[in-house]
Parts: sequence; C-alpha cells; structure tokens
Amino acid sequence: MTKSEFVLKLADQHSQLEVKDIKSVVKVMLNAMAQSLSQGQRVEIRGFGSFDLNYRSARTARNPKSGEKVQIAGKYALHFKAGKKMREQVNYK
Amino acid sequence: MTLTKAELANLLFLEVGLNKLEAKNMVESFYEEILATLRSGESVKFSGFGNFQLRVKSQRPGRNPKTGAEVPVLARRVVTFHASQKLKAVVEKTYRGKQNA
Repeated sequence: MTKSEFVLKLADQHSQLEVKDIKSVVKVMLNAMAQSLSQGQRVEIRGFGSFDLNYRSARTARNPKSGEKVQIAGKYALHFKAGKKMREQVNYK
Repeated sequence: MTLTKAELANLLFLEVGLNKLEAKNMVESFYEEILATLRSGESVKFSGFGNFQLRVKSQRPGRNPKTGAEVPVLARRVVTFHASQKLKAVVEKTYRGKQNA
C-alpha cells in the first residue's frame, strides 16, 4: 500500500474531513517522526512500536575489489522495534 | 525528548487545524490503519520515510537460555521497517561522526 492509497483509506474512516486535510495529516505525522529522529530523539508509539537510533562506531573496512583499507566514520543507524500489540496482532492466531 | 502520540496530536491541532479530539483520534487511526494493513499481509510504503513489511518466519529450534532445554521457536510473522534513503540521509547529515545522540 502506497502513501496515496493510505491517505484514501484513512479518509474513508474520517468522512467529516476532506481528503486534502488527511493528506496534510499524513505529511505532518511522517515529517514529525523523521525530524525527531534526525535530531537524535526517539519516537515511541504505544501499541505500535518505537524508532531508535543505534550508534555504529567508526571502523576500518576494506574495499572488496581493490583490497585497500578504507576508514568509515561512525554513524547512526535507524532501528524499529515492533510493540507488543503489533507483535501479537500480526502473528498467527 | 521522545516523540509520542500526545505530541503528534498537538501537531495536528497546530498545523492541520483539527480540533483536539479529532487530532487524538487521527493519531490513533493512523497507526491502527498501518497495523490493519500489515495484519492483512500487505506492506505499507511511505515514500521518503520508509517501508513496513511483513516477514514470514518458519519454525526453528531454540533453547531456554536459563535451563538449556531445547524449545522450538514457533513459525510466526514479524514486522520489519526499512528506512528510505532519504530518511537515512537526513539522519546521517545531522549525526555524521558524532558519538552522542
């Protein structure tokens, strides 16, 4: 399901609002989550899950083709952990 | 500060102009819809943010780490999230080489 299909599905359930408002809702929600993470702050949605940043330390790697050493800077990797309700609901009954 | 449902609802109130109750219901509905879609077996793709996908895992042997007893890990379905290149780039730009988030 794509973003635009998702907007329409959400709009079906909130018929008092216009589709353009739902579009803004989805945009604002995704932007807020992205912005929070980009500032190093986690996102925690009860029942759904949480988004965290995990640090990956700097390391020396090798270019597999030429074999030469390459220095790789430390970085943050995004991580999502499904909440309890999500884990239970998507699983087989 | 952690971003939670309450802050998201407040943003919908401020930026989209929903009333407080609508905003609260909308936040619930947003995550509920993603969950419902995944439950039906379909993945959810938000371009510019990332994809939520369902992975089907088959049964595998496991162990109770405390007792060492062999226990099967049952077949199950789990949700994985893959951040888009765009989201990864935004995070990288802010935190390149820094050690403290």
